Amino acid sequence: MPMTATQQVLARAAQRESVAVGDIVVCDVDRAVLLDMQFNSTAVPWRQPNHVEHPQRLAVVLDHGAPAPSLRDAAGHRLAREFCAAFDVPHLFDIGRHGICHEVIAENGLARPGELLLCSDSHTCAAGAFNTAARGVGGIEMLQVTCTGKTWFVVAPSIEVELTGKLLPYCEGKDLFLALARARGSAENMNLEFTGEGIGSLSLHDRRTIATQCAEVHAEFVLFPADEVVLAYLADRGVHDVQPVESESGAEYAARWTLDLERVEPQVAVPGKIVGNVTDAATLAGTRLDQCFIGSCANGQLEDFALAARVLADRHVASGTRLIVTPASQGVYLEAVRAGYVSAIVEAGGIVTSSTCGACFGYHMGVVGDGEVCLTASTRNFQGRMGAASADVYLASTRTVAASAIAGTIVDPREVADAA
Amino acid sequence: MQHEARTWTFGDDISTDLLYPQTAYALPLAEAAKLVFSANRPGWSDLVEPGDIIVGGRNFGMGSSRAAVALLRRLGIGACLAESFSTLYLRNCVNYALPALAAPGVLGLVEEGDRIHVDFSTGAIENRSQGTRLMAPPLPPALLTIIEQGGVIASLEARGLIPAAPTGASAP
Repeated sequence: MPMTATQQVLARAAQRESVAVGDIVVCDVDRAVLLDMQFNSTAVPWRQPNHVEHPQRLAVVLDHGAPAPSLRDAAGHRLAREFCAAFDVPHLFDIGRHGICHEVIAENGLARPGELLLCSDSHTCAAGAFNTAARGVGGIEMLQVTCTGKTWFVVAPSIEVELTGKLLPYCEGKDLFLALARARGSAENMNLEFTGEGIGSLSLHDRRTIATQCAEVHAEFVLFPADEVVLAYLADRGVHDVQPVESESGAEYAARWTLDLERVEPQVAVPGKIVGNVTDAATLAGTRLDQCFIGSCANGQLEDFALAARVLADRHVASGTRLIVTPASQGVYLEAVRAGYVSAIVEAGGIVTSSTCGACFGYHMGVVGDGEVCLTASTRNFQGRMGAASADVYLASTRTVAASAIAGTIVDPREVADAA
Repeated sequence: MQHEARTWTFGDDISTDLLYPQTAYALPLAEAAKLVFSANRPGWSDLVEPGDIIVGGRNFGMGSSRAAVALLRRLGIGACLAESFSTLYLRNCVNYALPALAAPGVLGLVEEGDRIHVDFSTGAIENRSQGTRLMAPPLPPALLTIIEQGGVIASLEARGLIPAAPTGASAP
């Protein structure tokens, strides 16, 4: 029976001829990425393994609390370093070389077409932009993968998502994702495989935002094709001999979703969740904002800095509103400094922090207070996510957040010149 | 594998940010567990009794991979049922050896406080308070085995792959 792209990755990793929906397969994991949170947990204290099956397949990234915001984080960082030293782990992204894991994985060419990648962050489907079957698993499952090199999967049905047309100049991958979630809802227990001529017009930046955000429609694996854009990005990082997967002719999909990119308008998710909660930015005009945030694995890329800087140049963040911008990695930070994006943001009254997952999950560098309202270009708008349980978190594109920071209220980005 | 206890019901889209708020990150396990659902249902953790069953709606456990199930286990929760699960959360249930079953229609079967009996091998759910019954797809035997063996940590310990005690400064 012909296999979908996702099935081909799982079949190869399980050393099987083929897999079918509902099969439970045990797979060899090609790449396993451990995070600082693995080492600093009070609920599940770190136990350094007696055995590591494939140290060369591991990477360790200090990202969720970086640099250490507390003694507990600092102690966790130390345990991470000790673990890497003990087992000769080839990739330790320590403070200064660090970034949010998904950005670091991308920048270092660790997300490779046709491979299986696991990490304890729930947005690991981000690597799907590189044709990598990648997903988040729990911390103790990462410990298992570290020790044994393996884990299990129930092969899920796949949905084909066909993209046509081209995004309008004032829309981003974020708007595309929100429009898709609005039109189609949840993809729980399903893989999403993106196809169609619309992909060619999407920048890797947009594809990575979309793949990351598919966690919020509860997708399993998310796969984009490995087209020339992906292969060129990898070649720039010295990655050449890759084995991309694409769906075999006649492979069975549980559903086929289509989206015309030209019909996508600036979208905002209102507080609480994404599915069933998305509306046009224009309908929320006038919503007063205490905090605006641009960052995270979804929107802390260099392109997000470029977009924010263009909107903010020669303008000022509204009085009574604060803007926080966090680069997804030290590499993004350096390029944003060189390009003048950081000075444009700071001159406008915004804050540029060092790279961390920080504000996105209410940990540090921008915790939202009681009763406050935040508009964020990050990953989630859940209750309590960015700080106080009583705070309201709206979620939108980088352009929409930057334009709204100037207004002090939610605006459609077309209301501000240069955002369009 | 079977379990019988009283129930607590929750709606759709319960996130792990609600289960394990970031305000609990710095606390020891026992204190962190008290903050489960503190945003959406303050005081709930004081009412939980050992063995209690959570019955959720769709996408229960959505969002972050954080160790919410470790907190539920600490509170004594004996099983988790839902209309559907985030599979990342379901993987955590299996790995922390918390019996879990996706049971479409279960919120229609159970009113909060009802006692239910769940057979995870067959998928049979019986409401002992109301005398009603629902059949759900059973948990696959391979996953049931992981739960019966005490989850991932017990398995890694038994195989000598990890030490029996936490390492260094992260020890409580």
